[in-house]
Amino acid sequence: MINEIINMNGYGLYVWSAFTFTLVSFVSLYIVTKAHYTKEKNKFEVKFGALDPKKAEVARSQVINREILSTTNNI
Amino acid sequence: MKFVFKLFEPNKIFLITSRAPKYVMALFIIVISIGLLEALIFSPEDYKQSHSVRIMYVHVPAAWISLGIFSSMTFLSLSGYIFKNKNFFLISKSLASSGLVFNIIALVTGSIWGKPTWGTWWAWDARITSMLILALFYFMYLIAWRIYENKDYIFKITTLITLFGIINVPIIKFSVDWWNTLHQPASINILSKTTIHSSMLFPLLIMTAAFALFSLLIFLMKYNTELIKIKNKGLDRL
Repeated sequence: MINEIINMNGYGLYVWSAFTFTLVSFVSLYIVTKAHYTKEKNKFEVKFGALDPKKAEVARSQVINREILSTTNNI
Repeated sequence: MKFVFKLFEPNKIFLITSRAPKYVMALFIIVISIGLLEALIFSPEDYKQSHSVRIMYVHVPAAWISLGIFSSMTFLSLSGYIFKNKNFFLISKSLASSGLVFNIIALVTGSIWGKPTWGTWWAWDARITSMLILALFYFMYLIAWRIYENKDYIFKITTLITLFGIINVPIIKFSVDWWNTLHQPASINILSKTTIHSSMLFPLLIMTAAFALFSLLIFLMKYNTELIKIKNKGLDRL
C-alpha cells in the first residue's frame, strides 16, 4: 500500500516533485511574508517607544496604532 | 459610493485584517489536509495518464488562482485610478506576490506534468507561452513598486501594466480553443457541461479552496505589513 502510494505506477517522482515544489513555495512565501511583517512591526514598536509622552499620546489616540501595539503575534 | 469607500478605510479595516490571519491559517490547514488526502490517496487514477493525473490537483488550482488574482489586480488598479482611492492600489499590491508564486507553481508543475504526458519538459505551446507572459507582467508590476519612488507615477505605471496584462488573460483561457495546442480543451465549464468525473472534480475543488485560502492569508499579511509601513512613516511626521 505505502509502496504503491510512493511509486504510483512509475509516476511517483513526477507527482511527488510537483506537490513538494508547491508546498515548498507555500512555506517560502509564508516565511518571507511573515519576516517582512515582523520587521515592520518591530520598527513601529521601536519608533513608538522612542516618542516623547505628548507625541505618544497623540499616536495612541489612533485606533490603528493601538491595534498594531496590541497584536503582539497575530499570525 | 463614498460610504462604501469609508467602510474599507485602512483604519477601520485593520481591526479585521490584523485578527483574521490566524483563523484563515487554521482553516487553510484543515482544507489543505483534506485536499492532499483526496488528491494523493482517495482520488482514482486516470485510465490514460495513470497517476500522473494527480499533478492536476496542484497545477490547475494554481493557474486558476493566478489568473483570478491578476484580474482582481486590474479591477482594483483601474478603480483606484478612477476613484482616486489609494487603498485599492495597496490591496492590489498586496495580492501581487501570491499571484506570481501561483503563476510560477502552475508553470513548474505543468512542466513536470508535461514530461510523462507529452515527453517534454517545455514546449512553446500557446497556453504555456501565454502563462509565461503573465508571469512577466507580474514581475513588471512588482518591480515597478520597487524602483519608482513617486506614488502617483507608481499608480499610473502599475495600472498600465495590469491593463496591458489583462489582454493576455482571455488569451490564456481560450488559447486551447483558438489554436491547436498540446493542452486539451477545458474540462470544467460554468456555462456548458463539465466533462470531468465527480471523483476528480471534488478533490480539485477542495484544493482550489485551499489555494484560495492560502492566497487570502498571504494577502492579509502583506496588507497588514503595508498599513504598518504607512503608520511607521506617520510616526516620523509627528
